[in-house]
Amino acid sequence: MKETDNNDKFLHEENKKREVTAPDGSVIQIDPIQDYFCDARPQVHEPYKVKIVEKFLNWARSESIWVLGFGTGCGSIEIPPLVTPRFDMFRYGVQMRPTPRQSNAFVISGYLSVKTLKRVIRSYEQMQNPKYVIALGSCTINGGMYWDSYNTINRLDQYLPVDVYIAGCMPRPEALLSGFGKLKELIKTGRAEKANEYAENFDWYKANQKKIIKDWNMPDYNW
Amino acid sequence: MEFTVSKLLWTLLGLFIVLNWGLIMGGLMRKIVARVGKRYGIPIYQPYIDLVKNYAIRSQITHGAMFYLGPVFRLSGGIGIFLFLPLIFGSDHWSNFSFSGDLILILYFQFFGMLGMALGAGEGGHPHSAIGIGRGLSQFTTIEVPMTLAVISLAVQYNTLSISEIVAAQQGGIATWTMVTNPFATAAAMLSLLGAFGHSPFNLVKAPNEIPIGPPTEYHSTFLGVLHTNGAILHVVEAALFMNLFFGGATNWFELILKTFLIYFWSVFVGVVFPRFRIEQSVRWFLKIPLILGIIAIILVL
Repeated sequence: MKETDNNDKFLHEENKKREVTAPDGSVIQIDPIQDYFCDARPQVHEPYKVKIVEKFLNWARSESIWVLGFGTGCGSIEIPPLVTPRFDMFRYGVQMRPTPRQSNAFVISGYLSVKTLKRVIRSYEQMQNPKYVIALGSCTINGGMYWDSYNTINRLDQYLPVDVYIAGCMPRPEALLSGFGKLKELIKTGRAEKANEYAENFDWYKANQKKIIKDWNMPDYNW
Repeated sequence: MEFTVSKLLWTLLGLFIVLNWGLIMGGLMRKIVARVGKRYGIPIYQPYIDLVKNYAIRSQITHGAMFYLGPVFRLSGGIGIFLFLPLIFGSDHWSNFSFSGDLILILYFQFFGMLGMALGAGEGGHPHSAIGIGRGLSQFTTIEVPMTLAVISLAVQYNTLSISEIVAAQQGGIATWTMVTNPFATAAAMLSLLGAFGHSPFNLVKAPNEIPIGPPTEYHSTFLGVLHTNGAILHVVEAALFMNLFFGGATNWFELILKTFLIYFWSVFVGVVFPRFRIEQSVRWFLKIPLILGIIAIILVL
């Protein structure tokens, strides 16, 4: 584990290493970054060797996609029509989940400011393998109308591995549904292994993320 | 109560049937809720796929020993109720391991799972888990008051603490059901059932969209799979408990399926009509009407 540097100017006061007097009078050392988070590297989890088992599990994964309720940018307004009667994505086994621990799919719905990217990375890393990313709208592909903005990223796939892109500004809910269809197809054919790809190219992704997030006051991999 | 291997196998078969009926009933109820909201809703077999998916997640993280034990305690709470609950009246195979004091034991098992879950989710360390646990335990404590009063009223009325004997006393048609002979106890228990099932007016423990998912916030993959398995079992056995106590029990599986469906549907029916209570509203509500009904039930049988 990496030592916490108390002189880091971005480190919050409550996260600094310090000595605390316990109720019984003994003095203990606490280091919140080490105590609260685990920063071990992500691991590659191989699919089952037996083809038929993996095929069956992939079918189950594709028919039960739990989407993290995390909206970024203007595209998050396309999610409510999907869970309400007009487009009703529950019929396709797509459901919303409020916590990253239980989610499988992350819909990046539009432009990502640098500040949000940090939260997106933390949430993505808390999701369990296998996990999928759907990038919605042109902003995630090349920056879209924000391509020369000082505060948004242009290409999402430099920071997170993306399974499905949905082009448009804004794509309609039908396009998002078709994106889920495409994701299902990828999972069923065993081509949605981006979580392992993230673990394999971890250093490259981390370097890219740190290049743009200047106030990196969290562990390298927080799950 | 005699223990033999064949009895154990019959009980396991019963558990398998109950689990499947619980999963199908869960899907059915979600479908009904979707139709009320004018949605098409999930396929009825979706709970099965979700279960397989959850068990098939490749990575798990843990927060410590209690984090592992939480879902195990919850599951043993559910299976514990099942083991001591006579499912089908008059059947050797399906009366499980019920004995003369099973009513008290089942009341205890209802709380057992919640306490285990509280310890496990507490070790998860997420603030929303802690809020959910606080709400869950305070709400369940107030649910227990009218429910226990109703059960004591029944025990006095039938002069027994054995569920089988209570069911046996109701075997003379609808006029002998507790629902008719002791309506106040039935009303108190059916109102506290709303809280025990955790549907809408009283779903502030899990409170989707508010404290994301409450106690299981940190639970994922296999842990969540175990919790969902238990949820399916628990819904059927809780409904079967109320069926045995108040609605004449069941003499065959069809009757059990129909009655448990209707009892579960009662909580869903209330749930789609009423919005969510806050915790102080919920606690006060249980300590008003259901409690008064429970006390009346006690006074009337004395």
